[in-house]
Amino acid sequence: MDAIETALPTQQLEAIKGVKKIPLEEFFTSGHRTCQGCESALVMKLMVKAAGPRTIVLGSTGCMYVANTTYYSTSWVVPWMHTQLGSSGSAGLGTAAALKVLMRKGKMKEEPINVIAFCGDGGGADMGLSAISAALTHPQYNFLILLYDNESYANTDIQLSGLTPYGAHTTFSPPGKAKRILHTRWKKNVAGMLAAGHPECRYVATVCASYAVDMMNRVRKALTIGGPTFIHSIDPCPKGWDFDPMLSHELGELAVETGVWPLYEVENGVLKLYGRTKQIAEKRARRKPVREFLLKQGRFAHFTEDDFDYFQAKVDEMWNRWLIPGVIPFHTELERDQPPA
Amino acid sequence: MARAVEQVAAPQKETDALISGSEAIAVACKLADVDVITAYPIRPYDTVMQYVAKLVANGELDCEYIVAESEHSQFEIVKHACAAGARVFCGSSGVGWMYAFEALTVTPALRIPMVAMVGNRALDDPGAFGVEHNDALAVRDLGWQLVWVDTAQEALDTALIAYRVAEDRRVFLPCAIACDGAFLTHSQAQVKIPPQQWVNAFLPPYNRGDLLLHPDNPITVAPQVNEDWLMEIRKHNDEAMKRAKTVIKEAYADFARIFGRDYGNPFFEEYQTDDADVVLVGMGTLSMPVKVAIRRMRQEGKKVGLVRLRWFRPFAAEELAATLGRFNAVGVIDRDFSFGSPYTSGVLATEIRAALYPAEKRPPVLGFICGLGGREVTVPDVQRMTDVLLSAAAGKAQPLTTWVGIRE
Repeated sequence: MDAIETALPTQQLEAIKGVKKIPLEEFFTSGHRTCQGCESALVMKLMVKAAGPRTIVLGSTGCMYVANTTYYSTSWVVPWMHTQLGSSGSAGLGTAAALKVLMRKGKMKEEPINVIAFCGDGGGADMGLSAISAALTHPQYNFLILLYDNESYANTDIQLSGLTPYGAHTTFSPPGKAKRILHTRWKKNVAGMLAAGHPECRYVATVCASYAVDMMNRVRKALTIGGPTFIHSIDPCPKGWDFDPMLSHELGELAVETGVWPLYEVENGVLKLYGRTKQIAEKRARRKPVREFLLKQGRFAHFTEDDFDYFQAKVDEMWNRWLIPGVIPFHTELERDQPPA
Repeated sequence: MARAVEQVAAPQKETDALISGSEAIAVACKLADVDVITAYPIRPYDTVMQYVAKLVANGELDCEYIVAESEHSQFEIVKHACAAGARVFCGSSGVGWMYAFEALTVTPALRIPMVAMVGNRALDDPGAFGVEHNDALAVRDLGWQLVWVDTAQEALDTALIAYRVAEDRRVFLPCAIACDGAFLTHSQAQVKIPPQQWVNAFLPPYNRGDLLLHPDNPITVAPQVNEDWLMEIRKHNDEAMKRAKTVIKEAYADFARIFGRDYGNPFFEEYQTDDADVVLVGMGTLSMPVKVAIRRMRQEGKKVGLVRLRWFRPFAAEELAATLGRFNAVGVIDRDFSFGSPYTSGVLATEIRAALYPAEKRPPVLGFICGLGGREVTVPDVQRMTDVLLSAAAGKAQPLTTWVGIRE
């Protein structure tokens, strides 16, 4: 049987050891029109700073397209191309395939080039999920798909997406007289789903830009390991979540500290919790109450005590009952470690 | 385009093969050294991918062959591969083509010179596998070049010409090759396959130039323009489409010189029109029953000819107006329908009427709706259409649109 055709060599991007070692060069610079305190803009900046200049970035429709890429005032120093809302997977795949074949046929100079396709939660968890899933099944192409998740369709006026948390006030789920909670669905676990469903995908991670060095190193690992890889980042959005822009980082930290957003990576099929999440799992740190996170955001202003309790109970369940805390949502009732009869 | 045609005088010869229209296009992909191909099944287009897959499996075609998870992804994958400098191919049929519509919409505006095949098929619902032209015609207003082919040989030749025209820097617009489902995609015919050297002399490598998405050329592609620039960009596309007419003529002339197959007027084929009173106009494989019927009617003394349109976009309006003005009546056979359109006609009839409006001589244009969903267009059907046309030419009032071969 033929061996699976291997991918091109990747850039070997070494881990950044500490804030002071972060490269100074910027590849996402002035020219964008994001809101004050926009964490997604920070994600873009850190993502491409980690990747370096020999990178192609593809951005699907979303606020990081509309706000950053106005004609004649692009903020991208590396080549950048728009792709349709549901096409981050296809864009990454097509670009990587072109680089591979052109280099193989000698139509382009051979060198490792990073390909990163990003999408928002709408493009990544709703419309584009099938294309991302399909793209992750092609181990012979090198590209990273980064989902920046501000938990709403943010550039069209904060509509709810498949990743909007339970009960949040969006323009598609306003609290009303008859129904205080219009959005009763629980957030999808995209990274876990993609990691579990794509055994050939060598790297899947969740990140939070409040931990900048950690986040950049996850990007570097994804690009270095090769093949199709996936990163899901939580991005506090002052406009959509309704908080003071000075609190962006703090809200990111709170998402992790309350256990709402577990930080983990799946590298070559091995799952590791990292950062504060790891400390919580190892009982070296305590999970903060979820209400600390929710109370700082206007989108939960209509919550009653019952709603806080329900939210806390769901997060507790994720930590106490899931097969792997915060990652694999199966509850096993089987007794473990039983010797065969 | 001043390539050394002399080099071609080498002793290479064409080889004969009995292949279908779909296979002919797959062979063209091989000859054009296409770099990235995406596939997703839908009848009748998927036959081309079955042949492509075989070529790839046998090591005859060196490309990245990607089976996508939807038509939308298919077209987005090749769109991006093309932006990064790869020559690409994909296609679809019927509702699959419509599923890709968002990707089809952005392709011309991004100046992506991809070549695609649309194996014409009726749109659901109700589901039907047979040919109807509405799927391809849906991209009429988007900036896609659209060409209908009639035979497997024409499919192969046109695919090579399509790459040449699409990738010409003066054009840089995508091109869809419309092939009638089953009648062309699935029917075998004798085809001459040209040697690689001739193709190399005819088709230069794809060069995206300063639009290439590469770290050496850090451009931002497809930013938001809003009202500041959109009109200018639309106008650029309009100018590219107008220039395509010149480039198409050049490409056919070069093709004739290198391959020795001269299609004459690239935009439409004329059959027995020299002395004709009335003329039928149509696209695609319709020409077969029409030509047979014309030969029989000629024996009965009915002077009727055929104009078979190849290029629908760009539309050769002036050339068509000049040609069609010679006849006493024009009958347009549409294998499509536009609900609620002027005189409730087919798309082609509406376009032909529009093309004739500024002409000095404007014969009556009658529309015939025929062969929808793959229904056979019979010789008696064509004879009935011709009788209506001759009666209109004699000054008798006739309905502007007639459905032919329909159960009443």
